[in-house]
Amino acid sequence: MLTDWQFIALFVVLSPIFPAMPVIINHLLGPKKPNPIKQQTYECGIETVGDSWVQFKVQYYIYALVFVIFDIEAVFLFPIAAAYDQLGLFAVGAAVLFIFLLGDGLAYAWGRGVLEWV
Amino acid sequence: MSFNLVEFLKSLVSLTVFDYVRQVWGDTPGVEIVLDIIGVLVVSTFCLLIVIFLIWLERKVIARIQDRIGPNRVGGRYGLLQTVADVLKLLTKEDITPAGADKVAYNLAPLTIVMAALLMWAVMPFAPGVIGVDLNVGVFYVMAVSSVSVVSLLLAGWGSNNKYALLGAFRSVAQLVSYEVPMILSLLIPILLARSMSTEQIIAAQDVPFIIMAPLSALIFFISALAETGRTPFDLLEAESEIVAGFHVEYGGMKFGMFFLAEFVSTLFMSGLFATLYLGGYRFFGLENLVIGDMEIGRLLGLIVFFVKMFTIYFIFIWIRGTLPRVRVDQLLNFNWKFLVPVTLVLILVVAILDKLAGGAGIWTRTVVQLVGNGVVGLVALELMRRAARRYRREQEAMVMTRRELASAPAEVTVSSH
Repeated sequence: MLTDWQFIALFVVLSPIFPAMPVIINHLLGPKKPNPIKQQTYECGIETVGDSWVQFKVQYYIYALVFVIFDIEAVFLFPIAAAYDQLGLFAVGAAVLFIFLLGDGLAYAWGRGVLEWV
Repeated sequence: MSFNLVEFLKSLVSLTVFDYVRQVWGDTPGVEIVLDIIGVLVVSTFCLLIVIFLIWLERKVIARIQDRIGPNRVGGRYGLLQTVADVLKLLTKEDITPAGADKVAYNLAPLTIVMAALLMWAVMPFAPGVIGVDLNVGVFYVMAVSSVSVVSLLLAGWGSNNKYALLGAFRSVAQLVSYEVPMILSLLIPILLARSMSTEQIIAAQDVPFIIMAPLSALIFFISALAETGRTPFDLLEAESEIVAGFHVEYGGMKFGMFFLAEFVSTLFMSGLFATLYLGGYRFFGLENLVIGDMEIGRLLGLIVFFVKMFTIYFIFIWIRGTLPRVRVDQLLNFNWKFLVPVTLVLILVVAILDKLAGGAGIWTRTVVQLVGNGVVGLVALELMRRAARRYRREQEAMVMTRRELASAPAEVTVSSH
């Protein structure tokens, strides 16, 4: 069991090397002639107006919130699916109720007009 | 047992070289660590090198679809070395960090996105026994790791301090996060049918490939895989014609190359995952267990079968890219939240209930029952979507009519065109 995760641990430790290597080689091989104009933010060719770290349209965050609800609840469905053979009728009923709750959350968000893109 | 070169080469061909090494040097933890490190290197190197071929393939196929020839100069008349030349060019570009950028986030993003794309391959079964590690939570692990790419995109977009990049990053978060829901939910169905999250055991359970048992689930997974990898028609996060290139507009040289590398690696992974979960992976009518003489040739054949399946799916990915136009952001999100997610929820219910009812029956009864269940859900969903689309079209037409009346009323001029 633990030896299974040994491979993952080694992979996590070793995997940054693969993207880092070409980037470092690029850094060594490429020319280094920085100048202020070259390092400006590239938007339209015109000088950038203001910062882009600003307050942003809330719509995107609402989708993220709905996602978090779904994601967390879906996590609970994975063990139910994997152990489906060992479940009695009561447990299956509970799982079905759980999916209805998920659907209810979606219906609520839909009804409140949260899912309309404006 | 001592080392024998002939036996070693034989085990190399039949892909049992790790077992051979274990026999020779023993099964100690030290040997295991060395073997694991070799495994990591082999998997990662495979991913990085195959991308060179994938980019060539993509350009060539897209060119053919668009009635062009594609790469045809560098490396013979088929342009085989075009990508190598491109990589060399990228390597000699200047390494620029924009003055306004957040240096840590800007430089970290290309690394983490490639890390996420590589780490997913740890649970991909290439052939019988040829797998990084057969985790008992394999599919779950894949979902967990693939979510990291969303964070990388946000790091890239936010760190660049560029309005287009930020817009692309926000779009990508809305899109990837939304399509992760139907993806996770549709992945539940193979898990439910196989009673396991381990990729090896899901393959072992596929005496009948799950694409026949649960075609609707396969279709939903395929669509959300398209969206998750950010490919046309869901390539809003890098839409060249709208926000130049989205989150990677400020990147150049090899850092830019890393984003492309990650995209190709994860697209290939999604094709491989589709082949594993729905097409039976390396299984092909018992070919994977073939033994000729004392050579276990089955593993090699299994590897070939898996690659054929994976590249067939990958070809469909390219085909779709060459055929379909990009969707609008509201269409994208509506299609997900108002169609895919409800359909997948209903599908899980139907599959779970049917499976409980027909669980004890033979494999063919189960297949037919599940197939009918999938078909009914799919047809009802399609009919509902058709009605919704018709209603939407009528509303749009009514809106256009009113607008035209308003526009033409004060001037008292009737335009007879349209």
